[in-house]
Amino acid sequence: MAEKFKLTIVTPDREFFNEEADMVEFNTTEGEIGVYAGHAPLTVIVKPGILTITQGEAVKNAALHAGFVQILPQEITILAEIIEWPAEIDEARANAAKQRAEGRLAERGGNIDVVRAEAALMRSIARIDVAKMK
Amino acid sequence: MASMRDIKRRKSSVQSTQQITKAMKLVSTVKLQRAKGRAEKSKTYFNCMYETVVSMLSKAGDINHPYLKANNSAKKAVIVITGSRGLAGGYNSNIIKLVRDNEWNKDDLIIYPVGSKGRDTFTRLGYEMGEDYSAAIDEPIYADAMTISSQVLDDFATGKVGEIYVVYTGFKNTVTHIPTRLKLLPIKIEDERSDDDKAVLDFEPETEDAIDLIIPKYITSLIYGAMIEAVASENAARMQAMDNATNNADEIISSLSLLYNRARQSAITQELTEIIAGAQAIS
Repeated sequence: MAEKFKLTIVTPDREFFNEEADMVEFNTTEGEIGVYAGHAPLTVIVKPGILTITQGEAVKNAALHAGFVQILPQEITILAEIIEWPAEIDEARANAAKQRAEGRLAERGGNIDVVRAEAALMRSIARIDVAKMK
Repeated sequence: MASMRDIKRRKSSVQSTQQITKAMKLVSTVKLQRAKGRAEKSKTYFNCMYETVVSMLSKAGDINHPYLKANNSAKKAVIVITGSRGLAGGYNSNIIKLVRDNEWNKDDLIIYPVGSKGRDTFTRLGYEMGEDYSAAIDEPIYADAMTISSQVLDDFATGKVGEIYVVYTGFKNTVTHIPTRLKLLPIKIEDERSDDDKAVLDFEPETEDAIDLIIPKYITSLIYGAMIEAVASENAARMQAMDNATNNADEIISSLSLLYNRARQSAITQELTEIIAGAQAIS
């Protein structure tokens, strides 16, 4: 069994997660990455997506929307602005948000904020994906 | 000497005021506990955030990034965090004093009020007002801080303002709150280059892009922290003020009781004297 590392996930409001883990996967601005213990020190920026924590046989999922991650060989700290467990996600609302964002992107009328709409779309997709994993 | 009825009336009015101040004290005690809990919970986040930013900036060295140097605008954006209610002792006025009585030139400031007490005062004093975020202070959530920080960063990027400050009441403990002026941008790099393992951090994407992305988060977290501390301070200040008011009411009530008893006694004495005098006159 591979070596474990300490995974801490903090948000401005609470300590979201603080346990040992084998592997953690998430989406960054440079693409998806999976991190094991002993990784080179690195700081990456999060993109909305699914966060997967592997602890032995157990796998936990969460929707991670914004923040950044500090990777040290034995310790990984995720500073998440927004993160949710599947149980906390309102799927209906996420679906509605997805449709709204898609609608706005489809129109492409001069004044819409494309970046914002895209970010909203990515967030809602991440939420829906995670909610399905319940 | 005031009549018995007058004294009685005053006493009961003080008593009902005391009931109100007592209730307000209880309410703010509960709110303070909650705000304190929130402030403590968010501490980890800010500490991590601070460490990362410091290590990032010390690594970045003399990088020429817009967030790290003042632009040409003489204007200063000041986010003023006050309460939206009074009866909190000097809580609101201390903040207002801190903004008003210093080396800043009134015409250079743009006030972004958070809390309607600050908003009303600075509007009345004729300051230039930016966006109003007063609704956020009642129940500060992280999204509020995000809105505020993206607004001020926009103004900074477009050159509308050259510096960004936040003025709030720092919460040290229940009895000590310090009105604080904090400079958000441009960030000053402190010379505490740490030599621990965190100094070797690498960034992905490149450091400059990372600054672009992380600094706004850092600013947001500072604003959020300031709001949370301000809420805790406000409730602590109100709790103290109401505690004093309740104690004062106690004092007034006891001195009024003394006066009332004295007046009652002298009224009885006088009545007796009159009766006796009347009886003597008849016999």
